[in-house]
Amino acid sequence: MATSKVTAANFDEVVLKSSIPVLVDFWAEWCGPCRAIGPILEDLSNEYGEKLKIVKLNTDEESAIAIKYGVTSIPMLNVYVNGEVVKTIIGAKPKPALLKDLEAFI
Amino acid sequence: MIRDLVIVGSGPAGYTAAIYASRAQLSPVLYEGSVTAGGALMTTTEVENFPGFVDGVMGPELMESMRKQAARFGTELITDDVVEMDLKSEIKTIKDGSGNVVQARAVILATGSAYRHIGLANEDRLSGRGVSWCATCDGFFFRDQTIAVVGGGDSAVEEATFLTKFASKVVLIHRRDSLRASKIMADRALNNPKIEMLWNTEVVDILGENKVEALALKNTVTGELSQRDFTGLFVAIGHIPRSELLIGQIDCDNEGYVKVEGRSTKTNLPGVFACGDLVDHTYRQAITAAGSGCQAALDAEKFLSH
Repeated sequence: MATSKVTAANFDEVVLKSSIPVLVDFWAEWCGPCRAIGPILEDLSNEYGEKLKIVKLNTDEESAIAIKYGVTSIPMLNVYVNGEVVKTIIGAKPKPALLKDLEAFI
Repeated sequence: MIRDLVIVGSGPAGYTAAIYASRAQLSPVLYEGSVTAGGALMTTTEVENFPGFVDGVMGPELMESMRKQAARFGTELITDDVVEMDLKSEIKTIKDGSGNVVQARAVILATGSAYRHIGLANEDRLSGRGVSWCATCDGFFFRDQTIAVVGGGDSAVEEATFLTKFASKVVLIHRRDSLRASKIMADRALNNPKIEMLWNTEVVDILGENKVEALALKNTVTGELSQRDFTGLFVAIGHIPRSELLIGQIDCDNEGYVKVEGRSTKTNLPGVFACGDLVDHTYRQAITAAGSGCQAALDAEKFLSH
């Protein structure tokens, strides 16, 4: 499945209360490395979306959530299990490196 | 199928080599890199010194144009990383991150450079937690805060100036007593009321449990140690060549830059050419990288015609 957009309005429901692990991609339009990993995350979502839900949070539009989770660098990928952050990946990485980081969830 | 030419790297050097080589009917394959496509200019903002752009051009936009120009003449662009190269044999073998293998008679190396780290133990631990190498990526998150930039060249001054859009104060920390940056950029920073200069100072430690809280500093003249609170540190102390896949099979100097013959782009291996920041200690500009990419394509074309 394709990635979906998450906002303050549905963050609780989509991320924190999800029955499967959720990867949140904190990103922004102006961030080159964020755009570079966009297609990789789409691939991962298509391949592993059943096990790991992948959603995108635009830090320009949703800065309150970004601040709450201490984002100081994007792209930042947080994996949430039962509402808790269990993994944080910072910076753009090639697909094989991301797969390795995420192997516990896929 | 054995190709004529593979180009590895996609900054101004790689794309310019591709433009020339595809116009010379060499049907090149160009590996752009999965997350590094476009190279160093992808994380810059306004480029004001590339000839032909009277009002400046955004770095990513310039790279997108070069990419399209390379594609227009038939370059095959592959957005993946090269993970292995065998360059010593007459037929060169390149393997990518997806496991595909391409063989070619000639290779142009244009892998550019990566950010140099200060080399402090806490630098990697706090990376993305206040330590950053990319002002355009991360500056936004330091709104109304006091942050530090370390370095004294063009990129440090550009980052410091850019960061004043967000930060309440930017302290530029430099180990000498004058900037290496070009005069126009240095003056812009020195006249910026939000930028404070901290001369003759080096960062000796980065302090903070889960995020950057302060820096330990040392005066390079008196040796005096001090500590000062910052929530962010942007590191802009230059670059190192991205030659890690090449060490051991091609002649590099002791800093890892690939050695080329005279004014050409020829390496010590027949059929292997190198250009851009990968070979350049000195100039490191978009325009000089593009120029050397052109030279590499012409050198490769000549090699292939024999």
